[in-house]
Amino acid sequence: MIHSLFLINHTGDIFLEKHWKSVIGRSVCDYFFEAREKAVEPENVPPVLQTPHHYLISIYRGKLFFLSVIQTEVPPLFVIEFLHRVADTIQDYFGECSEGVIKDNVVTVYELLEEMLDNGFPLATESNVLKEMIRPPTILRSVVNTLTGASNVGDTLPTGQLSNVPWRRVGVKYTNNEAYFDVIEEIDAILDKSGTTVFAEIQGVIEACVRLTGMPDLTLSFMNPRLLDDVSFHPCVRFKRWESERVLSFIPPDGNFTLMNYHVSSQNLVAIPVYVKQSISFFETGPCGRLDITIGPKQTMGKTVEGLMVTIHMPKAVLSANLTATQGTYTYDLATKVLVWDIGKLNPQKLPNLKGSLTTQAGTPKPEDNPSLNIDLKIQQLAISGLKVSRLDMYGEKYKPFKGVKYLTKAGKFQVRT
Amino acid sequence: MSASSAFNDEKGGSSSVGEPEYGHDPASGGIFSSDYKRHDDLKEMLDSNKDSLKLEAMKRIVAMIARGKNASDLFPAVVKNVACKNIEVKKLVYVYLVRYAEEQQDLALLSISTFQRGLKDPNQLIRASALRVLSSIRVTIIVPIMMLAIKEAASDMSPYVRKTAAHAIPKLYSLDPEQKDQLIEVIEKLLADKTTLVAGSVVMAFEEVCPERIDLIHKNYRKLCNLLIDVEEWGQVVIINMLTRYARTQFLNPNMNESLLEEGSGGDRTFYGSDEDEDEDEEEKEKKAETPAMAKRKPYVMDPDHRLLLRNTKPLLQSRNAAVVMAVAQLYFHLAPKAEVGVIAKALVRLLRSHSEVQYVVLQNVATMTIKRRGMFEPYLKSFYIRSTDPTQIKVLKLEVLTNLANETNISTILREFQTYIKSMDKDFVAATIQAIGRCATNIGEVRDTCLNGLVQLLSNRDELVVAESVVVIKKLLQMQPEKHSDIIKHMAKLTDNIQVPMARASILWLIGEYCEHVPKIAPDVLRKMAKSFTNEEDIVKLQIINLAAKLYLTNSKQTKLLTQYVLNLAKYDQNYDIRDRARFIRQLIVPTEKSGALSKYAKKLFLALKPAPVLESPFKDRDHFQLGSLSHLLNAKAGGYQELPDWPEAAPDPSVRNVEVPEWTKCSSREKRKEKKVEKPFYSDSEGESGPTESADSESDSASGSESGSGSEESASRSESEESEDGSESEEEEEEEEEEKEKKKKKKELKKPVQESESEQSSEEEERKHQRKTKQRKSDSESESDEDEESESESSQSESEESESEAEVKKKKKAAESKPPSKPVKKESKKEKKEMSLLDLDDFEPAPSPQVTPVNTFLSNSLVTDLEGLSLSDTVLSPATIAPSSALKNYELLHRITGEGLSVEYCFSRQPFSPDANMVAVQMQFTNNATADTKNLHIEDVKLQSGMRVKEFSEIELLPAGETATAVMGIDFCDSTQAANFQLCTHTRKFFVSIQPPVGELMRPVFLTENEFKKEQGQLMGMNEITEKLTLDMKCRNEHTIVQRVTTAANLSRVPCGSDKECRFAGRTVSSSSLVLVTVATKEEGAAQLTVNCEKMVIGTMLVKDILLALTQ
Repeated sequence: MIHSLFLINHTGDIFLEKHWKSVIGRSVCDYFFEAREKAVEPENVPPVLQTPHHYLISIYRGKLFFLSVIQTEVPPLFVIEFLHRVADTIQDYFGECSEGVIKDNVVTVYELLEEMLDNGFPLATESNVLKEMIRPPTILRSVVNTLTGASNVGDTLPTGQLSNVPWRRVGVKYTNNEAYFDVIEEIDAILDKSGTTVFAEIQGVIEACVRLTGMPDLTLSFMNPRLLDDVSFHPCVRFKRWESERVLSFIPPDGNFTLMNYHVSSQNLVAIPVYVKQSISFFETGPCGRLDITIGPKQTMGKTVEGLMVTIHMPKAVLSANLTATQGTYTYDLATKVLVWDIGKLNPQKLPNLKGSLTTQAGTPKPEDNPSLNIDLKIQQLAISGLKVSRLDMYGEKYKPFKGVKYLTKAGKFQVRT
Repeated sequence: MSASSAFNDEKGGSSSVGEPEYGHDPASGGIFSSDYKRHDDLKEMLDSNKDSLKLEAMKRIVAMIARGKNASDLFPAVVKNVACKNIEVKKLVYVYLVRYAEEQQDLALLSISTFQRGLKDPNQLIRASALRVLSSIRVTIIVPIMMLAIKEAASDMSPYVRKTAAHAIPKLYSLDPEQKDQLIEVIEKLLADKTTLVAGSVVMAFEEVCPERIDLIHKNYRKLCNLLIDVEEWGQVVIINMLTRYARTQFLNPNMNESLLEEGSGGDRTFYGSDEDEDEDEEEKEKKAETPAMAKRKPYVMDPDHRLLLRNTKPLLQSRNAAVVMAVAQLYFHLAPKAEVGVIAKALVRLLRSHSEVQYVVLQNVATMTIKRRGMFEPYLKSFYIRSTDPTQIKVLKLEVLTNLANETNISTILREFQTYIKSMDKDFVAATIQAIGRCATNIGEVRDTCLNGLVQLLSNRDELVVAESVVVIKKLLQMQPEKHSDIIKHMAKLTDNIQVPMARASILWLIGEYCEHVPKIAPDVLRKMAKSFTNEEDIVKLQIINLAAKLYLTNSKQTKLLTQYVLNLAKYDQNYDIRDRARFIRQLIVPTEKSGALSKYAKKLFLALKPAPVLESPFKDRDHFQLGSLSHLLNAKAGGYQELPDWPEAAPDPSVRNVEVPEWTKCSSREKRKEKKVEKPFYSDSEGESGPTESADSESDSASGSESGSGSEESASRSESEESEDGSESEEEEEEEEEEKEKKKKKKELKKPVQESESEQSSEEEERKHQRKTKQRKSDSESESDEDEESESESSQSESEESESEAEVKKKKKAAESKPPSKPVKKESKKEKKEMSLLDLDDFEPAPSPQVTPVNTFLSNSLVTDLEGLSLSDTVLSPATIAPSSALKNYELLHRITGEGLSVEYCFSRQPFSPDANMVAVQMQFTNNATADTKNLHIEDVKLQSGMRVKEFSEIELLPAGETATAVMGIDFCDSTQAANFQLCTHTRKFFVSIQPPVGELMRPVFLTENEFKKEQGQLMGMNEITEKLTLDMKCRNEHTIVQRVTTAANLSRVPCGSDKECRFAGRTVSSSSLVLVTVATKEEGAAQLTVNCEKMVIGTMLVKDILLALTQ
């Protein structure tokens, strides 16, 4: 299956390599570098490459390439999903997945990789099992370790691998028992020039933070589970119970995890929280153009829209922007040609407006395509689909946990075409 | 060197412990240089006695390895530490060893003995890790040692060690392929393993070592299907892919009738064809029309094993792991009946929200699927709309999918989308869009003109790439109907002045040449211009210039003779030999000389022949011959180690190969008989729970499925059991189809009969169907014991068939009409079967449940404990006796046959979780009608309960014929008290007052605890909650086994593993309030013993003590 893994930074340096079978020389990466050159943008590198003797499957995360070398037939998604799991694990351990962090913890990362695959086949990918074997560094522990000379490797043997609930350790203890759930919904939408919705849907995710003693068995039920059209679960959720009763019944992993992802059925109309009035035009005569954008609230369900931000990928010919914003600040990055207008809170009384002129490169024909606007926004305390958690019950333990549910609506891939 | 700072910290620590001699900052970046003196310093550290120093050194060495620096010269120093006590050092040494052993084989041998010792360690995890490292050392000389170790580990007690053994198999195989035969033996053994932990790994080993030995799977097929949901996600992927291949060799194509239809209805239909073949109604109609053809073919009945696979994989579509979802999707695509494939669309569309790499792979597969099964993705059309922020490769793939999905109804929306795409800044994407428009135009005739006009407008686009691509596409479109579009050709001729892209120029020239009679004035002029610039053109353009010249010469030699000569002369001295060759060839062909042969006469025919229009095809067209989701499919080329997906067999191989030998006690009728039964009554073919005798080995999925339909709507319950509604409707369709057919055949016979009779027949048939529904309903209400249920069900239906003469008659006729087995033997057989069944029934009633039959219900249990019970690990980790309540369930009498006037009722506590409500105790009732008359409408009325108690009645039993038995399961919530539940049992004539009083031991369900958990829990239940009693054990009850047996008989508890052999521990929870019940029996000399019960509910505790005392002392 997976033969070797190379971690490559955006400048093309290989800064970590791990081989699960015989060693494969770094030169195999040359094919990748070639493709990388050709693709211009790192996102455009094909995830699967064929070389005379190997296949290269790579992912791009956090400005790093995770490049795996394959020799025989294997489902590509299998490898891709695994590589993402590696990145997730690193993030989980060290708070972020970046070159600096990996270099700082190179031994721990190497040990993790050693445990995650055996002969190229995934062995332990559950973060809870891994944490039992290789403890994540904490400030306190590293201080203690330096004083006592103790190590990061767990001296107890990992029993999690033997358990039927591999995602949870035994013997979890907390003084404050708490279970928090964040229902986060994202609106994916494409609006056309006139503001009509070309396509809109709601994707949701329930992120959980559960710190409960012992082996609690939780049941989470919804007021309106019928809204949910398509779901995917953390392995801990009992699927049959969902099928029959539409409740989430599960023994939670310890700590933070994603309980479920869902898609709201497409029959429901999606409320679009803001409208955008825009006009971007370039003049035939003279190297300039005009830009005028106004944003106003549309269907906000009586809540305030926060964290409003507009991102525009300008045509290559646009040299500079001379704009005035009635609210917030704007920046124009000359190198990437990205205009970002950070608005903040949306005030319905005084609508934010961005207006001014654009300078294009002299001599080039006017850009004939208008860039599309990407909108970012947040609405606290609201799940735009109307999904509501009705109750959370706990079985199997005696104490009374603190429970909390938070709702949040965000813009996902929210795009306005011009 | 950010790493060095981390080391600095640690270094600071160790020096403060007191190692001044290494104070000279060894952690500075310099260590990573290839300065060997620095390595000396590492060697020194490795030789010291201090673990902290060794650790420090090992960390630096591993960091070197991670960076790809060579550290092989440290091998001797490192390998010495292989037996180091410090676990972290040891681990790092292992890491080093695995990396360098191959290069230093002789030295590596030094470490072998350590691992050999490790293989004998009492701790399973140490055994496993020793095997893991041993097998990872790629040293050929130790192959025999590895082989021995793997063999031993394969029969290890611990499933974890067995898993490691499975992992070691492909390692050894790659090291020495000659071991294959021996390894296959090990694989065969491990395939039989029943634990989820091993299943994934061993199938992976199977795929790497002997994927061709599909015969090894037969016996394990059902088990793998049933375990699947609990296997870890990576294992699931491997197993699903393997089972897809397996199913392709063993089952029949579920769509074979449809494919026959497709053939029958003429090959003029293309997938892009205007008539949509996905339309269900149409298909229905067709079916009716085609029935004569159908009748020739046997109706397709899906093998229950095939159905089992589809059913058990379906929930995995909800997995969070994209690879699992994809694996299930490809399984459905390759194996499921057409009507069921649709379920995967939603899941695949969901994956489009994931990382872009995942999107890339999924879209590739969706593109292939949309060609075969367009209808499936049509509802999700908008999910494939493109955003300006998508990476180019994703955009192009989405475009591909959109193009495949285009049909008359949605083409206008799609074209409108395309219009916005054309304005994109990403030119590669624009080019792809133009091609997509071209494909839509060729496939959908109605929009051809619109598309063409749109493309012509693009010709005035400022971007040359866009224009060039448009030209190429227009050329292809024009070829379809050139006569209408001479003005477009003229327009394009003008473009030659501006356009520089070679491909576009070549296309224009070809167009002009081909249709020169449509543009007689312009064509020579174009040639004149081209002749002028000939030498500066690209090769493909040059070739087309020659072509144009030749064609013009043939049609209009007056004007172009000289030009042609000139062009050919230029070409004669071209650098490219292709062009030289072409020029020579054409000259010979078109310019008549005396030498030129007969060919020149045909020159016109050769050059100006009518050329067929090109078919614009999807690049994904025939990709589905690769297994979807595979690397080979993605690359559209066979990758190394790819296993071909076999074609469906013409006739199904013997399904009995999947039968597993059934232990004596089940006395299950052999599968062949079941099969026969099924053939007789295709009606049942889809009703579930007949996944065969293996079912008993895994009650889990069954209980779950049982529960599902039990709590589902009545309708769905009346259908096949655990199928989801879609499947349900599907199966009904099938049923209907069959019914239809039967009806037809019957009608033939009926022609001779008086009308009256046929009417009565029909009605009786209807009634019968109702019965069958009812029995099914009852069955689904009754619990997880699929085997029992099935038996009772089939039995009752059997009895129905015997019930009334007329009905039996009807059936017989029907059977005869079906012209399957001759009617007489069938009759006999069914009688015999019936006898066997009833015998079986009695047996089943006092089953000695196998270890695996312990109540398990993953999705319904309210607590972990029941989950853990299902843990297939437990039965192997602990001794088999631990969980098995090896004694029979005790039957109690509810209604004596005398008082019941012939109706006798017995009940027992089945100890299965009651699926509709986990707080209820399941009570299984067996009704026997000893009277001579039938009993009807058996049901419960007038339930009198103590406060808090609840009862879930069994559904009414419509009919209990004389001499028959029936079973039903009801649930009672006793509120953890031994109060009786009183109610009336009613028949159509009488009511009987009865009551059920549970022994205290039945008010609990077993719980799986580890020894530590048990001790901890026990510590919390001291004082008032603890009851201790001394006792003297019964003479026969002095060994552990009997104690366990007696306690588990007295109370529904599970055994807790225990280190000491003097103690037996049991744990359970009360059913209603989930209070923990802990029981300890400590034995002493001469049969003296002490019984301790810890329970929060003191009443329960006291009563339980009494019951267990009684059980142990008698």
